[in-house]
Amino acid sequence: MKDNVTPDKTSAREVDLSRFRSIIAKYSDTTLSELVPVLQSLQDSYGYLPMEVLEELSASTGIPLSKIYGVVTFYAQFHLEPRGKHIVKLCSGTACHIKGAPDIEKRIADILQVEEGQTTQDYKFTYKAVACIGACFLAPVMMIDDRYYGKLTEEKTENILKNY
Amino acid sequence: MDKLETCDDLERLRKSLVSEESKEKIRILICTTGCRALGAEEVYRTFQAEIENQSLADKVEIIDTGCQGLCTRAPVLTIEPMGVFYGRVTENDVHEIISRTVLKGEVIERLCYTQEGKRIPYIKDIDFYRKQKKLVLRNCGSINPKNINDYIKRNGYAAISKALSGMSAEDVIHEVVSSGLRGRGGAGFPTGKKWELAKNAKGDVKYVICNGDEGDPGAFMDRAVLEGDPHSVIEGMLICAYAIGSGKGIIYVREEYPIAVEHLNIAVDNARSLGLLGENILGSGFCFDIEVKMGAGAFVCGEETALIASIEGRRGMPCPRPPYPSTSGLWGKPTNINNVETLANIPVIIFEGADSYRSIGTETSKGTKIFALAGNVNNTGLVEVPMGTSLREIVFDIGGGIPKRKQFKAAQMGGPSGGCVPEKYLDTPIDYESVKEIGAIMGSGGLIIMDDSTSMVEIARYFMEFCQNESCGKCTPCRVGTQRMLEILTRILAGEGKKEDLSLLSELAEVTRNSSLCGLGQTSANPVISTLYYFQNEYEELIAEKV
Ligand SMILES: Cc1cc2nc3c(=O)[nH]c(=O)nc-3n(C[C@H](O)[C@H](O)[C@H](O)COP(=O)(O)O)c2cc1C
Ligand code: FES
Repeated sequence: MKDNVTPDKTSAREVDLSRFRSIIAKYSDTTLSELVPVLQSLQDSYGYLPMEVLEELSASTGIPLSKIYGVVTFYAQFHLEPRGKHIVKLCSGTACHIKGAPDIEKRIADILQVEEGQTTQDYKFTYKAVACIGACFLAPVMMIDDRYYGKLTEEKTENILKNY
Repeated sequence: MDKLETCDDLERLRKSLVSEESKEKIRILICTTGCRALGAEEVYRTFQAEIENQSLADKVEIIDTGCQGLCTRAPVLTIEPMGVFYGRVTENDVHEIISRTVLKGEVIERLCYTQEGKRIPYIKDIDFYRKQKKLVLRNCGSINPKNINDYIKRNGYAAISKALSGMSAEDVIHEVVSSGLRGRGGAGFPTGKKWELAKNAKGDVKYVICNGDEGDPGAFMDRAVLEGDPHSVIEGMLICAYAIGSGKGIIYVREEYPIAVEHLNIAVDNARSLGLLGENILGSGFCFDIEVKMGAGAFVCGEETALIASIEGRRGMPCPRPPYPSTSGLWGKPTNINNVETLANIPVIIFEGADSYRSIGTETSKGTKIFALAGNVNNTGLVEVPMGTSLREIVFDIGGGIPKRKQFKAAQMGGPSGGCVPEKYLDTPIDYESVKEIGAIMGSGGLIIMDDSTSMVEIARYFMEFCQNESCGKCTPCRVGTQRMLEILTRILAGEGKKEDLSLLSELAEVTRNSSLCGLGQTSANPVISTLYYFQNEYEELIAEKV
């Protein structure tokens, strides 16, 4: 489920590689075993994983770019394109599903004017449907960044989004 | 914090913590983990401010805890020693709770739980709690998980201390074997046996991995244990490491669980500063340390070989077994992987002894099981009951029945690898064997209740979509089989089903089950098989109705 956005070439050229260097310096052992944590830190810092950064990572660690790319595309957590300031994750787990997540899903798409998996034009929100987030007791549930919101109704969802 | 040098140091610390505890103080325990989703943190902060404003700090204490179980009433709090239980608390209630309940002992009716139309103020009278047996969840919701002293006060780390001071590795394994504990991560493999294999495997470097991936939709017990009582998992890992001869542990948690990651990191740091992790633990010569790793979001990474691949920095794809991780796991070294709940059982078994543990449960399944109760049921939340408890007791006595006067239709057990259990089996005592007989699995304990408005074909489609999305794609039966089954289910739901579809579905289900590489594919057809078996009429109706 990769987002269907073409990377913006102009912003990509401005990728600040000094940040990359300070992050990579924190890892004494940038072997394959550290690859996932390194990618997690890099994504934390850049908000996504710019291609330039992956190329630089490959050059400085000797891990082939194809291997890095393989890992990045395997895990749902990693992103190759810039994403919104806030990540809206709507749970599509079983409990949320039977308690009305599909309606909330339509409503969010409507409010944000994007499809699932996309980022709003102003880069404020990226909207994703994710598997169970472990708060089934309050279904339907969504997370915005690290914050959980439970027992959603369409109206409540709208109010929450408005306050961001 | 001063390091604990010996087992006696630990015992002295415990005694002094217990004696320091002020008996007169009123304690307000509030869940700030799961309940956060409905504003628990704001309520907690309001309490803090109010206690300060009224200069009540020497009389009243507010403690942030993990899950207290009755999540449907979130945010919930318990006031001790009275044992008053309140739910749906908001910031606006704080002042009144302090002035009336805390200072005057009065009960505020509107915040109490309702049972058969009556308000029930005290936790001891609430059926949801009365009918449970909390062993693994003994601390969850009653201690501050960020404070190691809270755990130590309640005999925390006494089990590892007992093992280090008087038991050999063989003794520990013997105790776990005779407890009858079976893995809570899905397959139900005997835990002691697994440890024995890892102990006997050749190699001076061995690993202990805690599987905290919990990818099953509908399961949240591992999350609750990690967030609410992380030290019990760490202690379980210490005991395992001592038994199999390992020096390094890894806890693999999913990134969707930020609170669990935070609490685990605090717990590991605190255990390390007290000398309960690291070199020469409690002066015994035993060394063990733990690293917390965040998963990167793929359901299949919960499968043990995939999890290992993921820790090694590769794509998290499963490998054929054998070799099993116990002989060749992480970096090719002997590795013992256990589920969170399995590990949290261990301190209880070692501290209380195997005999007391095995007195709970059924012939083949010992101890208790935590169920994550969700869906169309009144009391959603975490429930811990002895193995052998019936679904009826869980759904109706503890869960309070089905909301809006609807009928129970089915219980979905075991997540995507499980099945849907119809009403006629409500009285079956639930253990590993009996759930299998009725076409589901215990799985990790996700229990989603469905009422008569749920379409079972739609549920089958839902799970198939999940498995098809999450299939790693390595083996053909799983990649293509799930895809084909999903197509057929979608077609039936769209009113374009054909008569032959049902036999085709069964056939595809069999093939996918028998020829897939890992558990994901092998079990992906279970929701289809069980709904076809118990709810065939729904499929037939949809096909007959076609336009
Ligand atoms: C597709 C798949 C996903 C799994 N996900 C998990 C999981 O999230 N957590 C878990 O503990 N076990 C999971 N398992 C089971 C593990 O492979 C393994 O059996 C378990 O961690 C062993 O621990 P236990 O013996 O304590 O149950 C999964 C298995 C499969 C096939
Ligand atoms: S089903 Fe939505 S949080 Fe679990």
